[in-house]
Amino acid sequence: MSLDQDLPLLSVKNLSHFYGQHLGCKDVNFDLYPGEVLAIVGESGSGKTTLLNCLSTQIIPTDGAVYYRGRKGQSDNLYEMSEAQQRILLRTDWGFVRQHPRDGLRMNVSAGANVGERLMALGDRHYGKIRDTALDWLEKVEIQVDRIDDAPRTFSGGMQQRLQIARNLVTNPRLVFMDEPTGGLDVSVQARLLDLIRRLVAELGLSIIIVTHDLAVARLLSDRIMVMKDGKVIEQGLTDQVLDDPHQAYTQLLVSSILHVGS
Amino acid sequence: MSLDQLTNEAPAYNFAYLDEQTKRMIRRAILKGIAVPGYQVPFAAREMPMPYGWGTGGVQVTASVLGESDILKVIDQGADDTTNAVSIRNFFAKTANVELTTHTSEATVIQTRHRIPEEELQEHQTLVYQVPIPEPLRFLEPRETETRKMHALSEYGLIHVKLYEDIATHGHIATTYAYPVMVEGRYVMDPSPTPKFDNPKMHKSKALQLFGAGREKRIYALPPHTDVVSLDFEDHPFTIQEWPDTQCAMCGAEGVYFDEVILDDAGNNMFVCSDSDYCETRQSEGHLGPLNADYKERMQ
Repeated sequence: MSLDQDLPLLSVKNLSHFYGQHLGCKDVNFDLYPGEVLAIVGESGSGKTTLLNCLSTQIIPTDGAVYYRGRKGQSDNLYEMSEAQQRILLRTDWGFVRQHPRDGLRMNVSAGANVGERLMALGDRHYGKIRDTALDWLEKVEIQVDRIDDAPRTFSGGMQQRLQIARNLVTNPRLVFMDEPTGGLDVSVQARLLDLIRRLVAELGLSIIIVTHDLAVARLLSDRIMVMKDGKVIEQGLTDQVLDDPHQAYTQLLVSSILHVGS
Repeated sequence: MSLDQLTNEAPAYNFAYLDEQTKRMIRRAILKGIAVPGYQVPFAAREMPMPYGWGTGGVQVTASVLGESDILKVIDQGADDTTNAVSIRNFFAKTANVELTTHTSEATVIQTRHRIPEEELQEHQTLVYQVPIPEPLRFLEPRETETRKMHALSEYGLIHVKLYEDIATHGHIATTYAYPVMVEGRYVMDPSPTPKFDNPKMHKSKALQLFGAGREKRIYALPPHTDVVSLDFEDHPFTIQEWPDTQCAMCGAEGVYFDEVILDDAGNNMFVCSDSDYCETRQSEGHLGPLNADYKERMQ
């Protein structure tokens, strides 16, 4: 176990993606270790989401490689895997929490089925057990268990986002991608969601790559931070270090543009 | 050619309406379907002289497999005498001039909408289904690109989501027709809108089963003796419809698929076999149900 903890879970080497002539992201390098939370911050259009989509094999990048260490300890280049293997990773070992719940949930099937889908995809064929697991997970993400048979479209935004988290975590993934998970939620709901994510990360030892433009979210959740501008990583380091002592002019601008209410 | 001939003679159709090139194209799709049981083979479906939803896919498959010596039977909801069955039968009478029958055992090709005959089909017979929506995952995943990928990679978790929803909502699997099946442990298939009562008849059937979807332009097939397993949960196993203590009012049959017929405004009803040929054969063999006109006579 200790040996495993010393080796990166995800190793990104010279990752670049172009949309035709247009730059998506360029020469990204980083390692992600087990149990680590990495925040990718930057303004809209800085290539954060492109990077996330490349890492999660939703897009195949123009150049570069990403090595992922599987449960058996082997390290494979994601882009040399077959599509079948990539998709198996995406629905077992990984999770993807999207900004809009409607992209990550099946809005017209019940909350229970949403949570149970991954289990059924893995071959679970016992209704009672699937339902018990779903109930268990609804409780963990603080959704009332009597809402299990309601469709997510009857849920509030915060509840939908928590349901999305439950749906992703039900297979005990090791790595979760999050794309602006708190976007579009009001601050008090945001705070509860962040609390929940922090608790789950601590309990389950998850590794998370979270894309956000909200520095407060990055500060609360992440161990390390990566600042992107115009498709390039301009600064990275420990979260507190980068936010308290930003070196790049752009990072300084970002940090100074946070509103401080009442102080 | 006289004006009289020109105006009164029916136009000369090719045998079974479709031209030979089209039939070859469809036969190739059928062969591929037979080679890969349960896989939906795309084909260039033609416009047929009937509206979509009336069995244009089934008609094209039938036209392509029909030979001059074939004997054709057409059923709609189990009956030989309903509109769809009659019009398709007339269509082939006119364009193919093949022998027609209503008896299941006599037919070599049976085109069906919604039912598999009660009488067990044999090796020399072909059953052609009319399919409205061939994609079993359609109502869960709207993207065709995605469903094709799911079939290719055998990712079938989603189909159980539908069954899960049934149990969560109704307490049991409430899907009663188009009940999804697993073919040879590989492809999940929509058995067309046949009642699930007929699903077990597909399993290891001696007859060749062909499915044609005209609007969706897909053909799929079950060669004889193919494994066809209805999907379910361990704690909610697949069951077929049952009518306990019910017998056919006309022929007295039990354990068959029934149609309910309302008799009056006072709530009286009767159940009769949905398979009209099966019912008539039984009656001619002397089996009578309680509402049969000959029944009272015999009782006296």
